[in-house]
Amino acid sequence: MDVNKNSYTLGFAAIMVIIVAALLSVAFIQLKPFQDRNIELEKKQNILSSVGVKVKRDAAEKAYDTYITSKLVLNNKGEEVEGSAFDVDLGKEIKKDVNTQLLPLFISEVDGAKRYIIPLRGKGLWGPIWGFIALEDDLNKVYGAVFDHEKETPGLGAEINTPMFQDPFASKAIFEGEVFTSIKVIKGGPKEGDMHAVDGISGGTITSVGVHDMLSERLSMYLPYFAKIKSGFVVDSIFLEIDSVAVVNDSIIN
Amino acid sequence: MSKDSLFSKKNIKLLSDPLNDENPITVQALGVCSALAITVQLKPAIVMAISVMVVLAVANVLISLMRKLIPSRIRIIVQLVVIAALVILVDQVLKAFAYDVSKELSVFVGLIITNCIIMGRLEAFGMANGPWESFLDGIGSSFGYAWILIVVAFFRELLGSGTLYGYPVLEKIGLYETGYENNGMMILPPMALITVGIIIWIQRMKNEKLIESK
Repeated sequence: MDVNKNSYTLGFAAIMVIIVAALLSVAFIQLKPFQDRNIELEKKQNILSSVGVKVKRDAAEKAYDTYITSKLVLNNKGEEVEGSAFDVDLGKEIKKDVNTQLLPLFISEVDGAKRYIIPLRGKGLWGPIWGFIALEDDLNKVYGAVFDHEKETPGLGAEINTPMFQDPFASKAIFEGEVFTSIKVIKGGPKEGDMHAVDGISGGTITSVGVHDMLSERLSMYLPYFAKIKSGFVVDSIFLEIDSVAVVNDSIIN
Repeated sequence: MSKDSLFSKKNIKLLSDPLNDENPITVQALGVCSALAITVQLKPAIVMAISVMVVLAVANVLISLMRKLIPSRIRIIVQLVVIAALVILVDQVLKAFAYDVSKELSVFVGLIITNCIIMGRLEAFGMANGPWESFLDGIGSSFGYAWILIVVAFFRELLGSGTLYGYPVLEKIGLYETGYENNGMMILPPMALITVGIIIWIQRMKNEKLIESK
């Protein structure tokens, strides 16, 4: 057989491509569940690590069920809507109109302390960046933040997923009085005592700016919900006052 | 078909030559790019070495089995398709079962496709020899690649980060208390090139076959 005939060459190429394509498709379909599982566990790990719970990937599932007590999906008016917070794909949501976006929110309870975890998603230099920021019960003070990226420059922008960048976020505040300030990422570092800023990464300016924008954009979406919760505190305390007045009245009557 | 036994002298040579006399990195200067990129730490270097070994051995055998069927005009494309398919398989398997490592290696797994060692061996050896010899040649060549990678990574991780396979060796022996500091230069790619250069230097000093006649 002449292996150098045109028809043979074409036939060989066609058959080879079909076999390879089939093989890779089968492998992809077979391995997909395992890969998705890894991605899911990593997300749970990241959510937990924003509230200071560091677990191995295998243990993430159990710890997630223990510590994350409620998972809400909100709209931009701060109302709860139907849906699974964990399955909301922020990558798709941020492309939608602000009025139709779904906003996932996780609430954790670790050692009796209630914290709100807000998923983040934004743009870095080469691709998407994302993360989770955990707020204390007062919805102002930051408890912790984690960030990750797809393809930022190693050693520069990619440093956003290291403790060096993430740790300074702890105990910063996103409100100055009643005014929303977000957390600024500042080149050269914040002034001493600045409660609303952290240091950027030298050489990773565009990624740092990406984190900055992501924080202010994402957090601002939750403001209506925060306002609602905060007025809830006020209502609660008024009710408490009424109750105590009632008790006093009762005691007087009796 | 060769009538040699499975581990005849000639076949053993296929395994041992690439370790020294015919080393892909230090003698043939192939695959240097990846040797610079992934040798900051031992772990990715070892995973990379294993991945290259699997891809090279299997690709060499496959090409060798098909060598009489491959039309010579498209042989390079055929080799590339075989390598690319195997690399994608390795990448998918890593993503499923060694997720951390696959994150760490990220694009470099994909870059195995462009590793000249692999195409070089397929073209020079797989296309002309039987499957068993090709398999040995693949294993031999990738071992030649692997040991350089591991040696370079050993020194870069030890001197650059003070750890070995993630274990803080220098901290444990208390070197930092004497005022020692890690050499940040070792983490940067140029130092990988210099480390490879030093290996070549030592190798040429010891191995007379590599000394060019004047």
